[in-house]
Amino acid sequence: MTASQQTSPAPVVTLSGARKAFGDNEVLRGVSLAVKPGEVVAIIGPSGGGKSTLLRCLTLLETLDAGSLSYGDLTVAQDEGGRTRYVKGPELKQARDRFGLVFQNYNLFPHMTVMKNISDAPIRVQKRPRAEAEAEARALIAKMGLEGCEEKVPCQLSGGQQQRVSIARALAMNPEVLYFDEPTSALDPELTAEVLRVIKELAAENMTMVIVTHEMGFARDVADRVIFMDGGVIAEEGPASQVIDHPREARTRAFLSRLEE
Amino acid sequence: MDIATMLQMLFEGFLVSMQIFAFTLVGAVPLGIVVALLRMSRIAPVRLITRLYISVMRGTPLMLQMFAIYFAPYYVFGIQLSTDSKWYATIVAFIVNYAAYFAEIYRSGIQSIPRGQYEAAEVLGYSRVQTFVHIVLPQVVKRILPAMGNEVITLVKDTSLAFSIGVAEMFSTAKALVASQVSMLPFAIAAAFYWVFNLIVEMVLNAIEKRLDYYHD
Repeated sequence: MTASQQTSPAPVVTLSGARKAFGDNEVLRGVSLAVKPGEVVAIIGPSGGGKSTLLRCLTLLETLDAGSLSYGDLTVAQDEGGRTRYVKGPELKQARDRFGLVFQNYNLFPHMTVMKNISDAPIRVQKRPRAEAEAEARALIAKMGLEGCEEKVPCQLSGGQQQRVSIARALAMNPEVLYFDEPTSALDPELTAEVLRVIKELAAENMTMVIVTHEMGFARDVADRVIFMDGGVIAEEGPASQVIDHPREARTRAFLSRLEE
Repeated sequence: MDIATMLQMLFEGFLVSMQIFAFTLVGAVPLGIVVALLRMSRIAPVRLITRLYISVMRGTPLMLQMFAIYFAPYYVFGIQLSTDSKWYATIVAFIVNYAAYFAEIYRSGIQSIPRGQYEAAEVLGYSRVQTFVHIVLPQVVKRILPAMGNEVITLVKDTSLAFSIGVAEMFSTAKALVASQVSMLPFAIAAAFYWVFNLIVEMVLNAIEKRLDYYHD
């Protein structure tokens, strides 16, 4: 182990005391989470447990009612006496630069080719030179095993291919952390395997990732830490060998045994 | 009068009809976008006023709107009407009327784009304007094309309404010829002009549709 790894590095993202309600329905009831560089976190749990809402708050698609959120040294949302106050536009834009999100149903832009889906945001949003952005897009296409698909449009691809394009699209922005919202839930087992393989490769390259998933085997393989969410709180967390294989909490055990049925 | 002279006169009228058609499209296609965006504004009074505007434009005859716009400068501001007034009133009435129809078509298209498209764009850091121009609008164009085709074809025929206010477009010419020549032939020729032109409109629409056929969603 090198010296830099021994001193605990600053987290890429820190969320503390997160609360979020939709009307009377409290979906997040005090969630705290910090993700270190290179760490892979898997979030598991029953539907309605707050997993997706947590991800949507982390990616600024929803605003917190209470709690704080920061990306590295950049404070995005600050809790002020139980109410969250968000920073202004330019800083939010800066924060968006730090993370990427892979959606369950891909949300690729259907009218753009694979190449354009991946390179458009780097060119248009990050103002990078076209040649550079396209060269990087080509490298990502190769990495995702999508050679020959550059000029195809999403509707010509399988679900697994589309999901790999959306991973490439997120990676093209060079995020510090990549979020996945049930990335294989819309895929059949064969296509699931090819997407999971890509995510495993990213894990091997020390990409920081937070993955909401129902694939327990995958979570066990890839995650440094597994978080079990239920009822809007983190009910249990720890290494996969503990949370999945030897859960301490009764509700974790109940959830896992339901999955096995 | 021989047929050649008749054709010549009708063709001159047709050119005027085409001017009404072209000016209306050039004005109403972009104005419709503005109206659609106002109709979906976050500010309730803006939404309400825009709804009222659309309701009046769709709910009253275009012919009446032309007269209203023609006479308004005189009755409201006491401005003397000139010979050009009829022409301007016609163009303005057509534009504001068609913008209302176009706006509702645009709105249906914009609201049919899935939320996920906006969310993907937001996470990637696209600004609101960039999202609308580069992500939403191209997809909207494809979705609204059939509905827009209907309106554009209707517009070709609606240009004949300018007859009522006394603009010398093709239908006015045809009616005058029918009376003076005691023959229905001018009407038949005018109908042929409208139809042939609409055939061309259909071809253009088909070509655009084909161009956008490279993807589906």
